[in-house]
Amino acid sequence: MSKIDVRDLHFSYAKGPEVLKGLDFSLDGRSCALVGQNGAGKTTFVKLLKGLLRPSSGSILLDGRDIAGSSVPELARHVGLVFQNPNDQIFKNNVLDEVMFGPLQIGMGEGEARASALAALELVGLSGHEAVNPYDLGLSDRKMVSIAAILAMDTDVVIFDEPTIAQDHDGKERLARIVRDLSCQGKVVISILHDMDFVAQTFERVIAMAHGEVLLDADPRSVFSQRDVLERARLEQPTTAQLCHALGYEELFLSPQEFVDFYRSQHGSHA
Amino acid sequence: MAQIEVRNLKYRYPDAKRLALDDVSCQIERGEFVGVIGRNGAGKSTFTQALLGLVPNFYHGAYGGSVTIDGQNVRESSVDELCRKVGLVFQNPFNQVTGSKLTVYEEIAFGLENFGVPPKEMRRRIDAAMELLDIAQYKDRAPFDLSGGQMQRMALAGIIVMEPEVIVMDEPTSQLDPQGSEDVFRAVDVLRAQGKTIVMVEHKIEKIAAYSDRVMLLDEGRLVAMDTPRAIFSRDDLAEHGVVAPTYTQICRQLGVRSADGLYPVTLEETRSLLGAGGRGGEVR
Repeated sequence: MSKIDVRDLHFSYAKGPEVLKGLDFSLDGRSCALVGQNGAGKTTFVKLLKGLLRPSSGSILLDGRDIAGSSVPELARHVGLVFQNPNDQIFKNNVLDEVMFGPLQIGMGEGEARASALAALELVGLSGHEAVNPYDLGLSDRKMVSIAAILAMDTDVVIFDEPTIAQDHDGKERLARIVRDLSCQGKVVISILHDMDFVAQTFERVIAMAHGEVLLDADPRSVFSQRDVLERARLEQPTTAQLCHALGYEELFLSPQEFVDFYRSQHGSHA
Repeated sequence: MAQIEVRNLKYRYPDAKRLALDDVSCQIERGEFVGVIGRNGAGKSTFTQALLGLVPNFYHGAYGGSVTIDGQNVRESSVDELCRKVGLVFQNPFNQVTGSKLTVYEEIAFGLENFGVPPKEMRRRIDAAMELLDIAQYKDRAPFDLSGGQMQRMALAGIIVMEPEVIVMDEPTSQLDPQGSEDVFRAVDVLRAQGKTIVMVEHKIEKIAAYSDRVMLLDEGRLVAMDTPRAIFSRDDLAEHGVVAPTYTQICRQLGVRSADGLYPVTLEETRSLLGAGGRGGEVR
């Protein structure tokens, strides 16, 4: 199982203000959601993990080795990043070529790359669309193509930047399954997200960032119970947790089913 | 007469086999906030494009029926006439940015320059829109240096300054953090209070439930239903149409807790008052 150690990581763009102000934590097999206000430094952080940006100071170790010693192409074998905007990533004329591009770049043979691409397309629900031009697909499907393109590379670390954008209920369920599968395979899964209901019901760990610093880092229930801290960071609780708060509950529930079970236990089976 | 009249609208994209919109008819009143929901591929984005005549005038394809705004058929309106009446905020803000402007302020001014609005009036409108959307601090930044969420608010500001009577939005908060999207919904609520007509596609079902007057549910290009949020989200067939009800509605349905009119609640406030009675008393803040 892979592991990432982030040590006193600082970053600023050119001579601008510091965007990351000393991050210190490790990422392991527990799927991790990265939440925080727009501008908190989340996307900057994942670009550093991917080696697209270099730290101003501090380091990132992948399985004990500082990634500063690896080139971007070397790192690409180990770290996959799905961009926020699929248009930044997609450039081939058909879906299959797009999804095979990454695997071929990191040295998979033609047959292996094809098999890997087809399996990834099945995971994202786009089997049968191999010959379609990605730009003839809607934004939600195009986003799924960009996700398949990373999954097909079978990297140890998989990073998603706002994967739920434009996804409907079925799309989100599919993404939740993909996150759990990757995590079960022992991969490091990190995702930037703004959908707190999705975070609460999908991820094992939540890191809340604000102004380039880590504010909270724990399991979803612990993080989402810190209502005051979340509010200061302009974050909100999952919907069910908001209802618990409004009703004055001490308990915190993260899904409608948890709430319903508790309510019934308190009010008898007629409720 | 309703401000927007959609009659038997049918549309098929060039080379597509199936209809993207299949016999959609509806009326939208002036000053109404209509939420448009449905699974991906239901026809939501196509519907927004049809309100501006982009379907079929820009995308071509097979078209039937009509869309009229204030009695004028959008297919027969000039782009100039239509832009003054209806503004569209795109699903992907990156597609809306002109790419020819160096600052956020100039980007927001783009539409007004094309309308020939006097500079003093331009400044007034731009300052007001930036304040409404809380983006004044980015005014000198380069548009493409903005984050997705900031860019989405800039794109909305660029439409608001043109003061259209109808604002059509396709997932305008998809890249915003929770507080940012709440801010946009509040801003849109202010615009509605000013008498603007709002049509918004959105997957954030709790927000649609809380803010819209009526909800259109689309599936496979057809209008399944158009009604109040409470009536729509109390339907038994939502799952068949790929939509889930707000969390509050799901909870109350499972518990069999209904409002006096037999419908399930869709907002936090309503749910609290229904579940709080006989409960342990809620803290209000």
